[in-house]
Amino acid sequence: MWQTFGFEFVNFYFIPGLVVGCIYALGAIGITLTFSILRFANFAHGEVMMIGAYFTWTAMTLAKTGLGLPLHPLVAAVPAVALAIGLFILVDRYFYKPFRSAPTIRVVMASFGMMLVIRSFVQSVWGPNQLTFVPGIARPNETVKSITNSYDLMILMPNKHFWIIAGTLTIMVALSWLLTKTKIGKGMRAVSDSPELAKVSGIDVEVIIRATWMVGGFCAVAAGVFLAMDLQMLETTMGFRMLLPMFAAAILGGIGRPFGAVVGGLVIGLAEELSVYPWLGDGPLLSPGYKTGVAFAIMIVMLVLRPSGLFKGRLF
Amino acid sequence: MSSLPTLEITDLFAGYGESEILKNINISVEPAQTVAIIGPNGAGKSTVIKSVLGLLNVTGGTISLNGQDIIGVAPDEAIRQGISYVPQTHNVFPNLSVLENLEMGAWTRKTGIKERIDDMFTLFPDLQTKKSKVAGSLSGGQRQMVAMAKALMVNSKIMLLDEPTAGLSPKYQSEIFQTIKKINDNGVPILLVEQNAKQALEIADKGYVLVDGVNKVQGTGQELLGDSNVARMFLGSKD
Repeated sequence: MWQTFGFEFVNFYFIPGLVVGCIYALGAIGITLTFSILRFANFAHGEVMMIGAYFTWTAMTLAKTGLGLPLHPLVAAVPAVALAIGLFILVDRYFYKPFRSAPTIRVVMASFGMMLVIRSFVQSVWGPNQLTFVPGIARPNETVKSITNSYDLMILMPNKHFWIIAGTLTIMVALSWLLTKTKIGKGMRAVSDSPELAKVSGIDVEVIIRATWMVGGFCAVAAGVFLAMDLQMLETTMGFRMLLPMFAAAILGGIGRPFGAVVGGLVIGLAEELSVYPWLGDGPLLSPGYKTGVAFAIMIVMLVLRPSGLFKGRLF
Repeated sequence: MSSLPTLEITDLFAGYGESEILKNINISVEPAQTVAIIGPNGAGKSTVIKSVLGLLNVTGGTISLNGQDIIGVAPDEAIRQGISYVPQTHNVFPNLSVLENLEMGAWTRKTGIKERIDDMFTLFPDLQTKKSKVAGSLSGGQRQMVAMAKALMVNSKIMLLDEPTAGLSPKYQSEIFQTIKKINDNGVPILLVEQNAKQALEIADKGYVLVDGVNKVQGTGQELLGDSNVARMFLGSKD
């Protein structure tokens, strides 16, 4: 059974689907928080993912060429997170805040403009061509391979996939703690529930907005770095290509539901990968070119049948 | 003890944008008093409360809290200064637990949060057993209790209640009025806007009748209950 079906399914479809799902989930957390707390769809979110990955690459390159120190991407991501959060807060202060009381469409358009600004900036500084993030072939982790093989269930998991899944789980646990145990996290949930009531309860909504950008920025950079680790290269459109599945994940989970976004991300990542599994006959069920179409189809079906998402999110 | 009124509204003109709703309103709440504002729909009752909180445009007059001018103060700052406010609708965070709602009410408080929560569970014993439930799953009356407890989490100098019994069953209405009385007995002055004029005036030390944004009649709760015009217009009397 394992040899005829399980080995191929788990190693070449399920685990890659889980990895892509983790990346979508992290990106969708920021989108859903921004949507529910600031009440707009932030089109620049994918670009912050992308620039976070470029910052990480720069930190890795500087450490290697300047100090001869090979940095793991997750270590190099630390200064990248700080820079991306700073960028988010500056953009909010000077581009989004002036539109706070204006009709939502204006700030959505502002975020669309910001998406183009950030991408053009990256293309000007780092160039428009692909960059190698981590060179070489990612070989399966030998320990995982031998342990699972001893149970006749051989798992071929490269280290990069292990880091992506473990990193996402760690961020989920930290996010859960933040949102349910800390004052600022509960405040974020309160503002998400009702910004008007939050204001007349004495909650400093601007502090909550800054915290939202911090959490969103952190998760976006993590998603960008994980994506770069998975693809082993960088390109300036990598964030934009993630935008549709991340929005689909946020809508599937329910707007304003960070854990819904995680479930939504995993479902969409798995659905995309499993849609190319040869379920009927020898060829893939769908051509790999239609993977993004799967996310789009899930989003449309969800918006028609259950617009509040799986976890009863906010309706606008 | 200070002889200043806790809240004094003098010659107030206010409204939404260009439209002026309140025209020369005068209301005062003395320390430890319960004051009720009654009147027909559209009289501007809720507008008075929103003016105090800085939620709309004040074009003339003064509003002072313990002698200090609070016109132009932002809502979160007004709460920080000790105003407990319970909106008429959407007055709890539905996806937060009862306990979390109380913690959010204490956002501006630096110390004594746990003790204050214990005080609230003493004042609203029903909430103690439901503290882990999300507020959105409670009945209307229980949600109103959560909203009042949440508002009282600040160091209350005054409590503003906007139609707290609207949409509740008669049983819960009486319970809410008893609770308001209990809060006032604990020393918190109350400014109450109510459609349920009779029960509001029964617990009020003083009442104001607003019609079309102007003070029409004022007096003690008992005087207004005995006023034949007020009784005919607002209390359902046929005399």
